[in-house]
Amino acid sequence: MSSEIVLKGVPAAPGIAYGPSFILDKGEFIVPKRSISASEVDSEIARFEEAVNNARREIHQLKTKITHDMGLAHAQIFDAHLLVLQDADLLNRVISDIRKTKSTAEYVFFAVIKKFIEAFSQMPDEYLRERAADVSDISKRVLKHLMDESKLHDLESLQDDLIIVSHDLSPSDAVSMYNKKIKGFLTDIGGRTSHTAIIAKSLGVPAVVGLKDATLRICNQDYVIIDGQKGVVIVNPSQETKELYIKEQSKIIASLEKLDDLKKLPAQTSDGKKVAILANLEISAEINAVRKYGAEGIGLYRTEFLYMNRLDLPSEEEQYQAYKQVAEAVAPFVVTIRTLDLGGDKFISSVHIPRDMSPFLGYRAIRFCLERPDIFKTQLRAILRASMHGKVQMMYPMISGIGELREANAILKKVKESLREEKIPFDEDMKVGIMVEVPAAVMTAETLARESQFFSIGTNDLIQYTLAVERVNEKTADLYDPAHPAVLKMIQKTIDAGHNEGIHVSVCGEMASDPLLAFILLGMGIDELSMSAASILGVKKMIRSVKLQEAQRIAYEALHLATGQEIEEFVGAQLRKLMPN
Amino acid sequence: MKIEKELTVANKKGLHARPAALFVSLVEKYDVTVTLSKTDDIVNGKSIMGILMLGATEGTVLKITVEGQQATEAMTAFEQFFSKQEEELLS
Repeated sequence: MSSEIVLKGVPAAPGIAYGPSFILDKGEFIVPKRSISASEVDSEIARFEEAVNNARREIHQLKTKITHDMGLAHAQIFDAHLLVLQDADLLNRVISDIRKTKSTAEYVFFAVIKKFIEAFSQMPDEYLRERAADVSDISKRVLKHLMDESKLHDLESLQDDLIIVSHDLSPSDAVSMYNKKIKGFLTDIGGRTSHTAIIAKSLGVPAVVGLKDATLRICNQDYVIIDGQKGVVIVNPSQETKELYIKEQSKIIASLEKLDDLKKLPAQTSDGKKVAILANLEISAEINAVRKYGAEGIGLYRTEFLYMNRLDLPSEEEQYQAYKQVAEAVAPFVVTIRTLDLGGDKFISSVHIPRDMSPFLGYRAIRFCLERPDIFKTQLRAILRASMHGKVQMMYPMISGIGELREANAILKKVKESLREEKIPFDEDMKVGIMVEVPAAVMTAETLARESQFFSIGTNDLIQYTLAVERVNEKTADLYDPAHPAVLKMIQKTIDAGHNEGIHVSVCGEMASDPLLAFILLGMGIDELSMSAASILGVKKMIRSVKLQEAQRIAYEALHLATGQEIEEFVGAQLRKLMPN
Repeated sequence: MKIEKELTVANKKGLHARPAALFVSLVEKYDVTVTLSKTDDIVNGKSIMGILMLGATEGTVLKITVEGQQATEAMTAFEQFFSKQEEELLS
């Protein structure tokens, strides 16, 4: 038994979890050994050949696409991939081994290919050593056709629930994680608002990010404890440590059960101020979880996920069906659909977006949509059509000035006109608002408020732009401070500007999910808070325990303090007086 | 007809994926059987995996055996191939 190792990272999602780890980064997957009968041999071989043909077809498509997007030079590696899949020596060996061993095609193929991968990984020459990655890529493509795709990273076929350890989770990884039995996430990089944090919170499991070298220090199947509150990870814990955490976890569960009673009660302060609490939605599949926590609608429906993990663009019909499904499920509450927010750290295969030097300051979100009206219009049509099936409102991400808002609205107007001509119904009164997440939008909020029907403050980006701290960079993660006076003043200014024009102002960033910060937002006059579903009850509990008057006074005082730390300490102390637990 | 020759890999990066792929496509242009060998390892010239497994780096000497009607022409093409850098092969 190896001894206990303690790793410290950035706490990204609260809770405690323990169990065996699964290193995702190395792309390891399990191909079960299964025997077949003599009569199945021929059909097994046919299945193998078909899988190889399908994989070849895919590579051809990919090659055409890459040639088109990036030029022939980048596509040439696929010629090598294709040759591997027509390598008679390799294919014959698999076929004869299927006959000889009477095992499934995937098992035999994987066993053969694994020997190649191992041989490549041991080659002294660096260029050749890297071919292991190519071969592994090819083999995954074939295996995907031999096994259900879901089984490839099949976490469910493993006996125990797992803790995913990865260098990073991309947004598209995050999507494929959804609905899997995952107990928690650990990543080498990333900050408090990375996608790992978002997906973990929406699954209601703990996550620790920014661990730097977790993938090197944890082995597959190591027993791991995650403390998502403190950002601590314990590898191969002693029996004592295990017991300690099991006790700690049952305490957390007990307090969560108490919160359960809050579900049906409104989020109202004891002096009668009602704050709407909504949920953020990553993908449609989450909708049940959202309802479970008693959300009063969706304050942020991220649509990027419809565009990810695929080679083509989603059609108008496909988007319409997805939006309609959510609108119907959430009705009579509102669903706030954010138009496509690509770029930054979210990329898709169907459209080539050049990687900027500073992606968060580059070609992304509304900037991209205004450059690509073809893609934008398709989405707008789908959203408008879905507006007939519930209460839908829409917002543009990353607006930095009135010019962009007017340009986007002009496109919207044209789309509406053509729908009217085609006699396709939509909600003529659908509200259109903007995300306030760029300091320039805050500073011109008065102007923007006159032409928006609501404001939604995206605090994750607003903090990053205000403090000039990249949120995916673990080296600057400590500087990312939601309570920084500059951030709070930005938010106050936005709320005031919105209210002066009589529009609602909501917050849809992670900030809304922290009871202490939500208390400050309440005091600053926020109308709505939208957060990951799992955080709703905690915030509701806070709101129900306090008076608006007190929140206003404390927020006012807090805004006059010098640092984020002073603000958190001051508000924390005040809040503890108001709600002793 | 059967010809045998020892050829030296000139490409700086050795016979990695792309040059190996180019070599296989070159072999397939001729009606010949080709084997490559490095000490005890003998591989089929039409098998990219086999060629990659040789782990042939710059300066590696490979014994090439060509058999068939077009053996002479094929061998000439192979000699040229092995003497070139990757960039020249791609252009």
